[in-house]
Amino acid sequence: MLTIRNLSKSLGAFSLRGVSFDVNEGEYFVLLGASGVGKTVLLEMIAGLTRPDSGQIILDGKDLAKESMQKRRIGLVYQDQSLFPHLSVRENIAYGLRCQRLGRLQIRSKVNELAESVGAQELLDRNIEALSGGEAQRVALARTLAIEPRCLLLDEPIASLDAQSRGEVRTLLRNLNRHGQTMLHVTHDYEEAISLATRIAIMENGTIAQTGTPESIFQGPKSEFVASLVGIKNFFKGTLRPPCQNGQLSEFIGPRGVRFQVLTQEMPGPGCLIFRSEDVAISNECPRTSARNVFQGKILDIVPAKLGVEVSVQIGVKVSALVTQSSIRSLELEIGKVVWVNFKASAGRFLSE
Amino acid sequence: MRSSAVSGTRHARPRGLPSGLHLAFTALGGLVLLFIVAPLLGIYLKSTFGEVADAAQESEVWESIWLTVWVSMAATLAFAVACIPFAYILARKSFPFKGVVTGIIDLPIIVPHSVAGIAILGVLARDGFLGGAAESVGVELIGTPFGIAAAMAFVSVPFLINAAREGFAAVPERLEKVALALGASPLRVFFTVSVPLAWRAIVSGLILMWGRGMSEFGAVMIVAYHPMITPILIYERFGAFGLKYSRPVCVLFLSVCLVVFIILRVLAWKRKNADN
Repeated sequence: MLTIRNLSKSLGAFSLRGVSFDVNEGEYFVLLGASGVGKTVLLEMIAGLTRPDSGQIILDGKDLAKESMQKRRIGLVYQDQSLFPHLSVRENIAYGLRCQRLGRLQIRSKVNELAESVGAQELLDRNIEALSGGEAQRVALARTLAIEPRCLLLDEPIASLDAQSRGEVRTLLRNLNRHGQTMLHVTHDYEEAISLATRIAIMENGTIAQTGTPESIFQGPKSEFVASLVGIKNFFKGTLRPPCQNGQLSEFIGPRGVRFQVLTQEMPGPGCLIFRSEDVAISNECPRTSARNVFQGKILDIVPAKLGVEVSVQIGVKVSALVTQSSIRSLELEIGKVVWVNFKASAGRFLSE
Repeated sequence: MRSSAVSGTRHARPRGLPSGLHLAFTALGGLVLLFIVAPLLGIYLKSTFGEVADAAQESEVWESIWLTVWVSMAATLAFAVACIPFAYILARKSFPFKGVVTGIIDLPIIVPHSVAGIAILGVLARDGFLGGAAESVGVELIGTPFGIAAAMAFVSVPFLINAAREGFAAVPERLEKVALALGASPLRVFFTVSVPLAWRAIVSGLILMWGRGMSEFGAVMIVAYHPMITPILIYERFGAFGLKYSRPVCVLFLSVCLVVFIILRVLAWKRKNADN
């Protein structure tokens, strides 16, 4: 639906070089990259606010270079929300509708409808200054949805919010996507990317380093940069079961039915389990420890990492453990050897979808 | 949270300034204030009620005050139409020789007002560029409210442009971008986002331009001695009859200026509070 082809822009200290990717209809596409790599400028180019030096932006087969900004129907939501401070919440949401010259009654009912869709009905007559970060973000979303965007561009929409608002806005974004809204979301936060994305593209040095599903990127980073950015190799999609009666310990059913124990307050349902390689220990015997996750498996690979050595073990799924050189020697670890891996339930992190 | 931070600093003594020095600086400020207020107050104190009442009964005085007020307001509003968009361009765009352009805008502030008057006369006189063109369609500029307005505007226009430019520069560009992305035309963005957000600075610039125009004497005297604006009337009475006869007119004119000035300030302040 949205195709970015060889987009380049020189911006003083940094530049975007030959950025190419496709966003499919109804997809939640996340661009993940460190801060200051030009992600915001990329979105502004797609929205038509900044002119690229070269390259093409194609929406529904039409080259947007020839389309005026007002007719592109591409919505843009900034991290700081950028609500109009001189207008009330209602007037903010109505802004795009007024530009379409709709009638007063039509605007009124549309604004109510939009406010309801983002859970902002009770905010309509408030001043912008009286809104919390999460409320402001919901109003900014409603204001942008008013123009019924073909693609919604989100510039770090969750980054500046507190923990509770983050969850609320994340759920809202997910619901919008489920109702068919195509999203292009840029962020530097891999957890945000995992929990929302259908596909992820990683930006490195002003270009796209890797594109793929969250699993393919997290489990198979193609460059050291991607590996360091995503940081986590142990990434599994699955379902969280309701916690057992004695507290917050829940069971996560991963790929091929592998069961993990995880300490979480998240609601049961589909999602991802991630844990760091540093938190996984290897032993030759079945350990008697407090760790709730203990598996036996065969070593698939031993690869030196930046710090220590990375050992991949097949336990039904491939688990990665980061150990020291001396552990490799003392435990006599080698490819094909059967070992025990373990990690604590508290080391696992569940991110709901 | 922001207001509590501000009120917190308001009560704190300025950091690094010892209380003795603080006191000395305040005393110096007080002297400057006295220098401004005392002569103006003196005009009121030295005029008797009878003198002022006599002057207030003269139609010549009221006609001249009314002429001064409306012509300076008309000049301000007429020039605002061109100056506000120009200030926006200056705030938002870079272009070659921008420094020269901003320098030219400030030029009327340093040009002696008699020189400004002579310069405007050269343009508005019958043999001048504008005067000739106006005369060909039967309009006289010299010695008319048009000439007065031109002289007033020449010396006061930098105040409006500079204030509006600062106002526009303070409007986050991102808000304009959001409005464009929401489908607004650039003109709509200007009128619904940029101007409302820079409004306080624009109003302040309008008040300054109007006030400065109304008080102009030198340039107007050269371009249009008649019809007589109040500063010229005061000068003429001073020259012909002395201090005693010019002072009551000063009292009336100053009072009118102060009332209008205070009303406009209060309106701007009320709007600021309403915005907050």
